[in-house]
Amino acid sequence: MREVTTEQIIRLVAELCQESNRILGPDIQRALEKALEREESPTGRACLAGLIENAAIARTEQLPICQDTGMAVIFVDYGQEVHVSGGDFTEAIHEGVRRGYREGFLRKSVVGDPFQRVNTGDNTPAILHTRIVPGDRLTITVAPKGFGSENMSRLVMLTPAQGLAAAKEFIVEAVSQAGANPCPPLVIGVGIGGTMEYAALLAKRALLREVGSVNPRSDLALLEEELLERINQLGIGPQGLGGRCTALAVHLETYPTHIAGLPVAVNISCHVTRHRSGIL
Amino acid sequence: MEAKRIKLPLSEEAISQLRAGEAVLLTGTLLSGRDAAHQRLCQLLREGKPLPVELAGETIFYVGPSPTPPGRVIGSAGPTTSGRMDSYTPALLEVGLKGMIGKGQRSPEVIAAIRRHRAVYFAAMGGAGALMSRAIRRAEVICYPELGTEAIHRLEVVDFPAIVAIDASGADLYQSGRAAYCRTGVNH
Repeated sequence: MREVTTEQIIRLVAELCQESNRILGPDIQRALEKALEREESPTGRACLAGLIENAAIARTEQLPICQDTGMAVIFVDYGQEVHVSGGDFTEAIHEGVRRGYREGFLRKSVVGDPFQRVNTGDNTPAILHTRIVPGDRLTITVAPKGFGSENMSRLVMLTPAQGLAAAKEFIVEAVSQAGANPCPPLVIGVGIGGTMEYAALLAKRALLREVGSVNPRSDLALLEEELLERINQLGIGPQGLGGRCTALAVHLETYPTHIAGLPVAVNISCHVTRHRSGIL
Repeated sequence: MEAKRIKLPLSEEAISQLRAGEAVLLTGTLLSGRDAAHQRLCQLLREGKPLPVELAGETIFYVGPSPTPPGRVIGSAGPTTSGRMDSYTPALLEVGLKGMIGKGQRSPEVIAAIRRHRAVYFAAMGGAGALMSRAIRRAEVICYPELGTEAIHRLEVVDFPAIVAIDASGADLYQSGRAAYCRTGVNH
């Protein structure tokens, strides 16, 4: 067994909260630059150039890229040979978020009750997804998610008879309906299969993939490409003001499902698509 | 894109000359306000009570800034999704609000109210809060401090970059811009 202390977890989570909010991923940076070369709309080009400039300011002046620093969604791959000492593992994750958001001057956007809507004041609780994996390491990914884009996400339970054609329609339609709201250019995470909640989780995890990476299954890679092309024909464009570049990437993940079902989840993410990982 | 310099508060003349699609740089003062503040203002209007802030002639920026780090005027400060304010907006235009800054399309009711009251809706760049914070030179909370990031602030801005999304005639860049680049043959 390897020992990892709760203090190490707290420190890493706090650091990842700040870095993910301030530093645009190099993959997204490259994708935005490529989009700028290809965009035909002058307004669209101005928006893309603005987003690139914004990322540079955020990095050098240590400001959040976007004022909506999100609800902290945290993925932990927990090696089964790790022993956490010094207290409660889950509480350490929340404490890391608390510290990161306070020390990083990040916006606290979490309300404690969905109806009473009183801000918890420290951006907790976080959303935690833990997976137990072989090995003696803890891999922690912090993926803050703003709700301009989260609100535009959709899930549907299709019938097997409706199949792939209906799934494609649903995905394209979800992006079309979202229009300008989720801050295009977007990254589209799609989860197909599993159960209702698992499809949503697949879609969320798909957002963690490097922009520009393709699904290792060639048929799914082709499907990603087809969906990206169709989405970019919608005309929504950067910031929804018209243009060719509505999405930077479509990342699609699948999982086995039941004979009677075809769950499809679309998790829309904005141009920042924040996530940053660390290993303990 | 060449941007037009516009002074705040907006004059009737400036509004009448703005056209959907134009880039502008705004200089002057504006108010911040988002979901919770809108809800409170509209509640007061429904009850026939006075508002804690004069809206006539003002421009509201839909923003909930991130906390202000030491030595700065404000944290990151980009627009939030305007559609969430749609149910409140016609009532505020009714009492004289002239400009709005946010991101995303507005409802047909809001567009009709913009046209009726000769107002204007600007799109600011969503997700570019660091860039926009540079244009904000002063920020003070003027009411609802208990709402935290959702409190109403008075902001002094210099060359704040935006695009005219819906002009006083009701022309809507979100519709026309998208239609111009749509290749699906279906207007979604």
